[in-house]
Amino acid sequence: MTDASTAHEIDRAQLRVSDEVAIQIDGMSKWYGDFNVLREIDLTVYRGERIVICGPSGSGKSTLIRCINALEEHQKGKIVVDGTLLSSDLKNIDKVRSEVGMVFQHFNLFPHLTILENCTLAPIWVRKVPKKEAEEIAMHFLQKVKIPEQAHKYPGQLSGGQQQRVAIARSLCMRPRIMLFDEPTSALDPEMIKEVLDTMVQLAEEGMTMLVVTHEMGFARQVANRVIFMDEGQIVEQNEPEEFFNNPKSPRTQLFLSQILGH
Amino acid sequence: MSEAHAFSQAFVRGEMLPPAEAPVTERGAVKWLRENLFSSPLNALLTIVSIFVIWSVLAHILPWMVNGIWDASSLTECRAIRDERGLDSAACWAVIADRWHQLMFGFYPQDLYWRPILAFVLLGVAVAPVLYGSLSRKMLWFSLAYPFLAVWLLWGGSVWGPVSVAMGFCAGWLALRLLSTVAGTLAAVIAALLAPVLWWLFAAAPVAEYLTSVLPVGLTEVASRDFGGFMLALVIGTSAIVLSLPLGILLALGRQSNLFIINKVSVTFIEVIRGVPLIVWLFTASLLLNYFMPPGTNFDLIVRVIIMVTLFASAYIAEVVRGGLAALPKGQYEAADSLGLDYWKAMRLIILPQALKISIPGIVNTFIGLFKDTTLVVFIGLADPIGFSNLIRADTAWNGIYWELFIFIGLLFFIFCFFMSRYSLYLERKLQTDHR
Repeated sequence: MTDASTAHEIDRAQLRVSDEVAIQIDGMSKWYGDFNVLREIDLTVYRGERIVICGPSGSGKSTLIRCINALEEHQKGKIVVDGTLLSSDLKNIDKVRSEVGMVFQHFNLFPHLTILENCTLAPIWVRKVPKKEAEEIAMHFLQKVKIPEQAHKYPGQLSGGQQQRVAIARSLCMRPRIMLFDEPTSALDPEMIKEVLDTMVQLAEEGMTMLVVTHEMGFARQVANRVIFMDEGQIVEQNEPEEFFNNPKSPRTQLFLSQILGH
Repeated sequence: MSEAHAFSQAFVRGEMLPPAEAPVTERGAVKWLRENLFSSPLNALLTIVSIFVIWSVLAHILPWMVNGIWDASSLTECRAIRDERGLDSAACWAVIADRWHQLMFGFYPQDLYWRPILAFVLLGVAVAPVLYGSLSRKMLWFSLAYPFLAVWLLWGGSVWGPVSVAMGFCAGWLALRLLSTVAGTLAAVIAALLAPVLWWLFAAAPVAEYLTSVLPVGLTEVASRDFGGFMLALVIGTSAIVLSLPLGILLALGRQSNLFIINKVSVTFIEVIRGVPLIVWLFTASLLLNYFMPPGTNFDLIVRVIIMVTLFASAYIAEVVRGGLAALPKGQYEAADSLGLDYWKAMRLIILPQALKISIPGIVNTFIGLFKDTTLVVFIGLADPIGFSNLIRADTAWNGIYWELFIFIGLLFFIFCFFMSRYSLYLERKLQTDHR
């Protein structure tokens, strides 16, 4: 596997948590009609890595992680997630999706189901876990995100921060090997951002492979072992957080960082 | 302490004075009247005019209804009784008492009335667990069996006819269960659709015949042409309501589908069915369908009408449900996908429960319209309540009686439609989960 890695990865060899590849993206491109959203993306994510993806809006960062669980189709190149090649084969897509958890900007909890039912639905119907066992798993993860007492309420009765933590618990109930976060704190009131970030930090400490699209640079400094900067559908720069923030190489990265850290 | 208490007593009233009564204009009925009926000179004038109009209408209708004559055998006799009692006007309700059975059952044999009545009572039992989730789920098995039971009760004949038709559904279900583990889902679905059709075409009739010869259990047969009155409206209405909902949902999903052929077939079906008046479809059912059938097949007229009304209503339901599907945020589809749910599971567990909840008012609206539209079958010669009112007037004894019959028929339809409307409100309240 290491042989396959190209030269530009070698300088980051010491950052790797393991040699096991979780996600391999080769020359992946995507178009919306005529608009080229992603251009020739190459990315290797190793097991246990925490990657933060940042960049200006419209840079394709959300689209990139949505391609990883096939919420968006890519038109060119290759994506292998956990050893499964993403193609038009629905079986592969469903397999990848059940292994990869995703947390959305707008939580996307199911409003017609209670918190507990939100968490047990996929284990019961996709993994065929018995209901009782699924409920135990769900309560375990609800405890972990610190809202077991809300289990029998409906999403509409919870605050935004609580809903996002439920969404994280819902994903965890599927025992995913990889977690994708698509701007998980962007829709939250400032005082609720911390409770969600804390949950994510805890998850990172447990060794979860995480790809996080976020503008929370504090979070990136604290938990990421690689920060990726994207612009105009390309990966412009990637580095470990210290180097990335203190010594950005590309002028576009410098401009972006000065804009979001400057105020 | 006691000193302080004593001190405070000088300033704090120990016992409250009884509250003074509000002025008469600010309480009770007077307040309500002032606020709602006489809040300004113009409103006061409008109130008085309205009261006058309502009073003059009721002054004519109420005595006519209340003084109605219940025991007479013809319109002439009614009028004679009215004059005898010295009344200005009196409704002749006697026609309803006289023709009650016909208005209810049509020409259904008198000694067999217990069968439609039993079917109607059991309809309540079958529908209850579907409408009210708090009842035992086991009752749903009866709901599943009910359509076959009802057909047998209403039309009679050998019990094995409906049973062997039901076996076709069992065959489909078995094919699905057996093949989905062995072959793929697609093969299983195709087999599940094919098995019952093959069963009905080739096996159902001989099996029913054989079982009848072994164990003849049956009821007196009643022909479709003897069906009539309110029973007919209920048979057509409930069958079409029950059948059109699943078909409409499938059509709505088909119209949203990315699969080209399924999409275009659904769109064409919906647009064609919806774009042509129901009465045309009913004439098609009664006249044209026979030309398309192989010679010698006798396809029951009521069944044909039920099929047409079902197809018609399902096109409307499909559009209502499509509205519900479109109203769901895209995130719900994405969340379901991201958890690894396949299409049917995502639809069944996540999308449809929410989309149908949004669509409840529209769906019930369609059902109410459908139920009232069953009266259109009068134009193809079926004797529904309206058809019967014409037949009753054709009798010299009741020639010229309109209002009483139409009021009665209208009242019956109103009761059913009002129930549906109230039920939809109840359901909306029950399914509301976005409360704080």
